[in-house]
Amino acid sequence: MRRPSLARFQRRLWPALLAALLAAVAFLWATPFLWTLVASFRPEGAGSAGMASLLPDTPQTLENFRNAFESGSFGLYYANTLIVVVGVLAVQCVTVSLAGYAFARLSFPGRDMLFYAFLLQLMLVPPALIVPNLRTVVDLGLYDTLPGVMAPYFASAFGTFLMRQTFLALPRDFEEAAAIDGAPWWAIIWYVLLPMAKPGLVAFAIVSVTAHWNEFLWPLMVINDPAKHTLTIGLAAFTRGAEGGKEWGVLAAGTLLVMAPLAVVFVAFQRRFVDSFVFSGVKG
Amino acid sequence: MSLAGTTGILDEVERTPVAARPRRRRRVRLLPYALLAPSLLFLALFTYLPVVRVAIESLYDQPHGTGAGTTFVGLGNYAKVFADPAFRQAALNNLIYAVGTLLPTLALALAFAVAVQRSTRFSSVLRTVFFFPSLVPLVAAASLFFFIFLPGLGLLDYYLAKIGVEGPNWLGDSDVALWSVIGLTVWKNAGYYMLFYIAGLQNIPRDTIEAALIDGANAWQRLRYVILPALLPTTSFVVVIALINLLTSVDHIIVLTRGGPSNATNLLLYYIFQSAHENFEVGKAAAATLLSVAVLLAISLGSMRIMERGTHAKA
Repeated sequence: MRRPSLARFQRRLWPALLAALLAAVAFLWATPFLWTLVASFRPEGAGSAGMASLLPDTPQTLENFRNAFESGSFGLYYANTLIVVVGVLAVQCVTVSLAGYAFARLSFPGRDMLFYAFLLQLMLVPPALIVPNLRTVVDLGLYDTLPGVMAPYFASAFGTFLMRQTFLALPRDFEEAAAIDGAPWWAIIWYVLLPMAKPGLVAFAIVSVTAHWNEFLWPLMVINDPAKHTLTIGLAAFTRGAEGGKEWGVLAAGTLLVMAPLAVVFVAFQRRFVDSFVFSGVKG
Repeated sequence: MSLAGTTGILDEVERTPVAARPRRRRRVRLLPYALLAPSLLFLALFTYLPVVRVAIESLYDQPHGTGAGTTFVGLGNYAKVFADPAFRQAALNNLIYAVGTLLPTLALALAFAVAVQRSTRFSSVLRTVFFFPSLVPLVAAASLFFFIFLPGLGLLDYYLAKIGVEGPNWLGDSDVALWSVIGLTVWKNAGYYMLFYIAGLQNIPRDTIEAALIDGANAWQRLRYVILPALLPTTSFVVVIALINLLTSVDHIIVLTRGGPSNATNLLLYYIFQSAHENFEVGKAAAATLLSVAVLLAISLGSMRIMERGTHAKA
């Protein structure tokens, strides 16, 4: 009589232990974010000795956010980052749709070779080529401009590949009907294919926006004028500034400001984000 | 990825009476190239020509600010780069950083994936928690870890002190700094690769695992002899994208350590960044860039077959 109940106890114990362990690891994983949340609402008077505490203080304050906005001109950084992210995405949507269509639907000499030439960008990722690309940007007269930050990303091998796959999965009937009715190629892409390819475009948009919202090294090299700094450059300067002082709450608030928009969108569209990122592994 | 077997819609167009006119036909033939032209223009400017450009620049000496002209030095810049202790240190660090990050990242990614693959509410919360770090900018992660690693006051030392442990100077000690950076990178990336393992696990046929169960395989045997072999394509794929990532992101180095203390956290791309942006050694930066391009190509081409298999599996 005893043994079966012991076995049952064990059968229940192990999953419970595993769940507890998992919860502990998850808590550890979330600790940096928990600290950011707690510290960014912590009043300055709390003193730097208890700054690392994960327990929220009772009088919460928005003072740190106000300081971050004032001393770091985060409003400006938001605007610049938005310009870069939207500008890159807008041009990319055009280039990848056209190229994706050509690779998916047209046959022409040199197609395979050109396709592999595109895929080369997945290996020679832009960060590896910052030195020559900076010189190219200077030659083009785009140094210290936001278009200079965007230009290397206007062509996207990942986007082209993704749109090609999306187009290949679509039935041909609609476009053939449109072609028989005499619709030109651009009308077929714009009115027939793109509306059906929306999931592909959305997946690409998620990956592209995340990548360029988070980008740092390249804008750091191209931009000199503080009025054109993006969020990541602003945050890095901010971190260096906070080094000496007791401004940890302000730094936490600044970090939160940089992360928040993507985090909110992620929580709203979690499923789509995850799917897009799994596909984006192709991007490298 | 086979490109064969696609009959284009434009073939249909050519058969219609309108397309039969010679001028129209010509335009149809040029159309594919016209559609590719915008992409090819930017690929040429920022992917192909830069490689040619660094290849040429790496053969010349361009003294900065002396007013002297450029002189051909052959492989002189490469000799200079290889003789530079900072470069050797950066290359070695990058190797340690890559291997030291890759192994724990893969192990954690797989463990997380196995733990959260079921679609319960608890699992989905954990998935979000583990994935979240890969969504934030590397710079923001660095800012957070700047405070976590802060000697004495920081999160790590604060809580270690509570259990009576005195931590080292996480970023200031040259024996520890690189490992601290590795810790940050593992935290940042494990959740991202977890996604691929979750997808990979879902692709394993249920009967394979059930067959192993019926044969009396225990959890470890199922993992070792059924699940891991089935995940091999996923693993190879993740290794390649992880290696490319580990060679091409240094945002956290710029924010946290600037390669220090005494080059202990200098990585290849940071060395290139420094040579070009801070020391204005064009030839040296070009030579180092070409070397890292060669490494990237070797990694990618070496695994090309695996990558193709990976995309096939997903398509």
